[in-house]
Amino acid sequence: MQTEVKAFLRRHGLLAGFGLFLISVALSADAFLTPGNIFDVLRQVSITGVMAVGVTFVVITGRLDLSVGSLLTLLTVIVVDQHNTSGPAMAILITLAAGIGVGMFNGVLVGLVGLNALIVTLAMLSFLQGLVLFYSGGSNVNVQNAQTTWFAVFGRHDLLGVPVPALIFLVTAVIAAFVLNRTVFGRQVFAVGGNETASRFSGIASRWTVFWAYALSGLTTAIAAVIMGSRVMGAQNTIGQGYELTVLAGVILGGTSLLGGSGSIWRTVLGITMLGFIQNGLLLLGFPYYIQWLVTWAVIILAVWIDLGAKRGRILA
Amino acid sequence: MANPILTLSGITKTFPGVVALDKVSFDVRPGEVHALVGENGAGKSTLMKVLAGLYHPDAGEIIYQGQPVQIDNPLAAREKGILLIHQELSLSPELSVAENIYLGAWPTNALGVLNKRKLRRDAQAALDAMGCSFGPDDRVGTLSVAMQQMVEIARSQAFSANVVIFDEPTASLTDTEKDQLFTTIRGLQAQGVGIVYISHKMDEIFELTDRITVLRDGQVQGTVTTRETDATAVTRMMIGRTLEAYFHKADSSFGDEVLRVDGLSLKGQFEDVSFSVRQGEVLGFYGLVGAGRSEVVETLFGIRKADRGTLQWHGEEIPLPSPRQAIDLGMALVPESRKEQGLVLMMGGMENTTLPHLASYARNTVMDRGKERATFDEYKDALSIKTTGPEQAVATLSGGNQQKFVLAKWLCAGPKLIILDEPTRGIDVGSKSAIHTLIANLAERGLAVIVISSEMPEVLGVSHRVLAMAEGRLVGEFEGEAMTEENLIDAVSHHLARPAAE
Ligand SMILES: Nc1ncnc2c1ncn2[C@@H]1O[C@H](COP(=O)(O)OP(=O)(O)OP(=O)(O)O)[C@@H](O)[C@H]1O
Ligand SMILES: [Mg+2]
Repeated sequence: MQTEVKAFLRRHGLLAGFGLFLISVALSADAFLTPGNIFDVLRQVSITGVMAVGVTFVVITGRLDLSVGSLLTLLTVIVVDQHNTSGPAMAILITLAAGIGVGMFNGVLVGLVGLNALIVTLAMLSFLQGLVLFYSGGSNVNVQNAQTTWFAVFGRHDLLGVPVPALIFLVTAVIAAFVLNRTVFGRQVFAVGGNETASRFSGIASRWTVFWAYALSGLTTAIAAVIMGSRVMGAQNTIGQGYELTVLAGVILGGTSLLGGSGSIWRTVLGITMLGFIQNGLLLLGFPYYIQWLVTWAVIILAVWIDLGAKRGRILA
Repeated sequence: MANPILTLSGITKTFPGVVALDKVSFDVRPGEVHALVGENGAGKSTLMKVLAGLYHPDAGEIIYQGQPVQIDNPLAAREKGILLIHQELSLSPELSVAENIYLGAWPTNALGVLNKRKLRRDAQAALDAMGCSFGPDDRVGTLSVAMQQMVEIARSQAFSANVVIFDEPTASLTDTEKDQLFTTIRGLQAQGVGIVYISHKMDEIFELTDRITVLRDGQVQGTVTTRETDATAVTRMMIGRTLEAYFHKADSSFGDEVLRVDGLSLKGQFEDVSFSVRQGEVLGFYGLVGAGRSEVVETLFGIRKADRGTLQWHGEEIPLPSPRQAIDLGMALVPESRKEQGLVLMMGGMENTTLPHLASYARNTVMDRGKERATFDEYKDALSIKTTGPEQAVATLSGGNQQKFVLAKWLCAGPKLIILDEPTRGIDVGSKSAIHTLIANLAERGLAVIVISSEMPEVLGVSHRVLAMAEGRLVGEFEGEAMTEENLIDAVSHHLARPAAE
């Protein structure tokens, strides 16, 4: 009996705790479970969510991508700036290409050359932050025809009553889940994260698998930047700051293991969404906005702890 | 007769979907060697993990030195004097011998600082008691498998063990090393230690043990005195039928040459290796562990890059392939170490089986699960793999059943050349002869087969031709009448006896 409770808590403890949290916030803050607020949260999480979908691939290969925060800033600046000079369609294309390009660059260093993922992407985080200032000259950029451009669709409009960014998040997740679970590439991602040596003995080019995972992470960050740019209709030089950790927190809160080899897109979607509601709930309860940094911290520690516990449990018991 | 030092009664342990142990009763007397035998997945390792505190039984009782006890974790087991030498070695390669012996129980002073001097001194004493040739400061990663095993056994001295459990200890040992191990075991026996010995090798069991307990599907079939029984009877208890005692050698006519290797060299590993193998032929590689056989085949398969040498595939010279190219040509390599090289442990049996051939199980890069499932079912039956389903993580399978999935993954694509590196390591007697028959069938179907084995009877029994290898060089080739144990041993030991200068 006791062990069953333990097993249940290990497997569904986070979800159960989250349910309790939802109920208690709903009881004390009337605004919490209103459609307006829920859509607000969805709009909010769709940016981190889309990024987290790509990062999930990287984490399953047993690596990290901490560069996505700065990359989001850079790409948002690019999309807004290019919108003014080259028009929305061109701006989006350039942004996607730049995102994939930076992802591939990480992929070359971590995957092909074999450098440490933490160091490479942390360095990239810093490098891109510098690049942002170069690009923007230190001033904020804004979309000039914000009221009339169709670029507003991605961040500001609703479709059938649902925010478009939430739909983009959903579609990205569906496609990613299909790629991860049903395609050759997805299988390779799991294999490389589970046992790289055995993957090589099975003829899998593990370095290229890692390379493409980083490219994907760059792509999803670019999609997130389009949403961000459209929503804000401008970009500050710090707009993506700290996103890398929120994204990572969502991924591991969902239960994708940092040790590689296991995880899922739906868990990431769940993790990111839970995180969004927790932060929103705390704001509605009257906590100051910077509480979100503490939450991110707590979630990362807790989730990693549980993950390690489960791993240890599986190896020993 | 001495009272048992350890008695298990009614031990039951279930995992999702399997009853691994079903009311098992078992005892160990001081100074005896008690064999535990049974097919792959019978529950041997699970029973011993219960004893070592790695698993907690669902029901049953453990009486140790006359007292009912509960064994919470491995450290507690060790402190009580129960020591498990794992089926897969479990040392930390980066740590020293001394640190490994006392892992988890390092001597410290009042401030919690490691007392290095005491650690070294105690470890040295334990090593001396066993007559080991290496020192407490050597890094474990630099030791041979046999030496690493000695390190594990040295814990028996360090913790004055009363019960030592060996789970398939000879699987990767050479004959000499095996003899050393037996001497060590007899030494422990003389100290009054009770020993449990798990093995699939009948000759060892009859050489070493006093009693034999047979497990089958998690139940005890019976305990017999070794002197009063024989291998046939024990096998019948294990698998419910008798086995033919001879090897089935492929009765095939040789076709065209499939592979020819010329002057293959890799510095520090092997020198100037040349050989060829034809369709329908089983070519054996005999040598001691460390002779360089695995390195040669890993190089053929593109895992390692050769310094020199050429390759002909079906008579055509080709560049040395990458693993992917090797697979696409029709080569298959069943590697030496199933956990590190053979399997992705978190994945299920089905996904492991199709891993080297993803493209052929996909339509427009989308995996065809129905096709994967069909292959899984086919090989589960063909190799009688004991698993609860395609999704069961291979990590939770018994050692022998894991090995069968490694075979399945390389057989399922219909290779032209299959290289088997120690294919029956850890496989039970019934499945072992099934694998020997399988090898013969493959050759009869026209495949070229290369078998690496450290088990002399196996190499001689399945091969048409045997190459002997020592210290990275081919030292002899034997065919027909010349294929005898004496010749192989001569070839290998002659080479080793020569001065290293040449
Ligand atoms: N952690 C686990 N989770 C699920 N099933 C398990 C686990 N450990 C063992 N089993 C199952 O219990 C059964 C007994 O396994 P065990 O490892 O004890 O076999 P064994 O007799 O040691 O076999 P072998 O000779 O192949 O080593 C197998 O069916 C195995 O799949
Ligand atoms: Mg076992």
